Amino acid sequence: MSAVVSPIRKPLITGNKTYHQITEDLISPTEKTPTKEWVIGFVISVAVLTFGVFCILWTIWVGIGSWNLNRTINWSWDITNFVWWIGIGHAGTLISAILLLFRQKWRTGVNRAAEAMTIFAVMCAGLFPLIHMGRIWLAMFILPYPNTRGPLWPNFNSPLLWDVFAISTYLTVSLLFWYTGLVPDFATVRDRAKGLRKKIYNTLSFGWTGSAKHWQRWESLSLVLAGLSTPLVLSVHTIVSFDFATSVIPGWHTTIFPPYFVAGAIFSGFAMVLTLMIITRKLLHLEDYITVEHIESMNKVILLTGTIVGVAYLTELFIAWYSGYVYEQFAFFNRALGPYWWSYFGMMFCNVVSPQFFWKKSWRRNITLTFFLSIVVNIGMWFERFVIIATTLARDYLPSSWSLYSPSWVEIGIYVGTFGLFFTCYLIFVRVAPVVAVAEIKHILKSGGNQYVGENATHKHAHGHDHSEAEHH
Amino acid sequence: MANNNHTEVIFGLYDDEEDLLRAVKAAKRDHLDIYDVFTPFPVHGLDPILGLEESRLHQAGFIYGALGTLTAFLGMTWIFTKDWPSIFGGKPYWSVPAFIPITFELTVLFAAIGMTVTFYIINGLGPGVVNTYLDDRITDDKFCIAFDRSSVSDEDAQSFFKATGASEVNSKTI
Repeated sequence: MSAVVSPIRKPLITGNKTYHQITEDLISPTEKTPTKEWVIGFVISVAVLTFGVFCILWTIWVGIGSWNLNRTINWSWDITNFVWWIGIGHAGTLISAILLLFRQKWRTGVNRAAEAMTIFAVMCAGLFPLIHMGRIWLAMFILPYPNTRGPLWPNFNSPLLWDVFAISTYLTVSLLFWYTGLVPDFATVRDRAKGLRKKIYNTLSFGWTGSAKHWQRWESLSLVLAGLSTPLVLSVHTIVSFDFATSVIPGWHTTIFPPYFVAGAIFSGFAMVLTLMIITRKLLHLEDYITVEHIESMNKVILLTGTIVGVAYLTELFIAWYSGYVYEQFAFFNRALGPYWWSYFGMMFCNVVSPQFFWKKSWRRNITLTFFLSIVVNIGMWFERFVIIATTLARDYLPSSWSLYSPSWVEIGIYVGTFGLFFTCYLIFVRVAPVVAVAEIKHILKSGGNQYVGENATHKHAHGHDHSEAEHH
Repeated sequence: MANNNHTEVIFGLYDDEEDLLRAVKAAKRDHLDIYDVFTPFPVHGLDPILGLEESRLHQAGFIYGALGTLTAFLGMTWIFTKDWPSIFGGKPYWSVPAFIPITFELTVLFAAIGMTVTFYIINGLGPGVVNTYLDDRITDDKFCIAFDRSSVSDEDAQSFFKATGASEVNSKTI
């Protein structure tokens, strides 16, 4: 092939795979009966989801009063969870879009699952602003459409409405991107299936044939969608940060918020991808496709973005002091040494200290440590949003309205319930679709397979096509 | 590449994309008219040999995107200056900087939806489409060259496939 293969490049697919073995390895998990681990996981997820649905219905029935929000702290777990889930979604788009533009071949091992994660995480995130409206049936008021309420339009100048557009666009584009990637792989599943299953997968595969022209357009579409998703993903978290940054609350009203939120989003998203992929590769035996190389690459991204987040925290502190503005200074004093000091130090430790372990190569390649730290990072990123939202609101301009907050069982239930939603969706996805992009893995086999690259390569590339053409006639 | 009318094809299956590329080159040199090539994944270097023009899908995407830009920007402009002018925070009715985020989002949304829908329509793909597939292994590990039997004789095709090292030769109506 035309790809330039470096002899020192580490293989991304191990186990001397042929194209057919790749198909077998990646499609067969959708064909076998579910394993015991899957069934147990699914039952737990559905149970948790059911409890979450109950808590949401409780909120709608009783009203927002079933949460412990008050007039001072009017955003807390709901918006924390919203920002947290949205942030998690960002890694999927980063892997599938930005790494595609940068021609990072290791993305092929994890992009499919990461994109699925994006979609499910955005679904979880979108729930929170909707139920926070209290009267969820009025959610249609955020949509601009010619209506019977007189010419009443939403406020297009409001970051909250920008959020509506940003997140719905993000969900739609992610779905299109993900599904277009899935179509050829559904065709592979279809061509191995029989009976009703074949019919279902034929519908899912849209009648894909693998024609050269279709592939050409498919690559063109993927590239443009990647090009569109890259600024889109940056815009989404920028706009989420505008929800805070355009207000006049000390501690929120800062210009550093957009880059700081985007870095934090990628940081937490990669941590979640690692948590998921380490479990998935183990349970589905995908160690040949999601190798330690992949894990190391993702840990490098975690180290980079975690450090950016750390620099942002310190910059915020410095600017608060340097501004000479007493309210800003108090906001940061309160974050670190106020009643919620534990969440501030939890955030600092989990997000700034813990990724620094990854400077050491052998630790980046240690799966147990990576798994543990990926969870620590996600706890830290949850604390970050809690610090920004609840801690800041708890101490406002008027000491008479200072307040404290702890969640009610309903709020905890809804948050836990989103995990149920997320894992239920993910487990169904693992059963019906190949978790690793089959066609894309085959595409990189000759530049990433261990029989072609690396020190132990056994195959030589057939360079030039001229000599063999003389063989016939 | 149209799949509406029935076409009698004779096709050969190859085991490797490098064999396929060599065979396509040979077919071009021998002036054999290739009906279509089917592969399990996008084979780079195939399009120029096959003589496929570059896809214009991204140009369509640009038009859809521009349509999104105009819809959002002109829509908000009309709403806030003509239909129902409102003052928010003492800012002008036509506050362009505040329109940028939504304009951007709709640009991306229109371009993405428009391109994806166009992609499926021009390829003749979609939910419920049933095509005749030449071989089940084309989505697995076989690379296929197909000739229209009305333009390439069976003997020519057979000898071509033999010479270029196809592992199997079959015919089918699609």
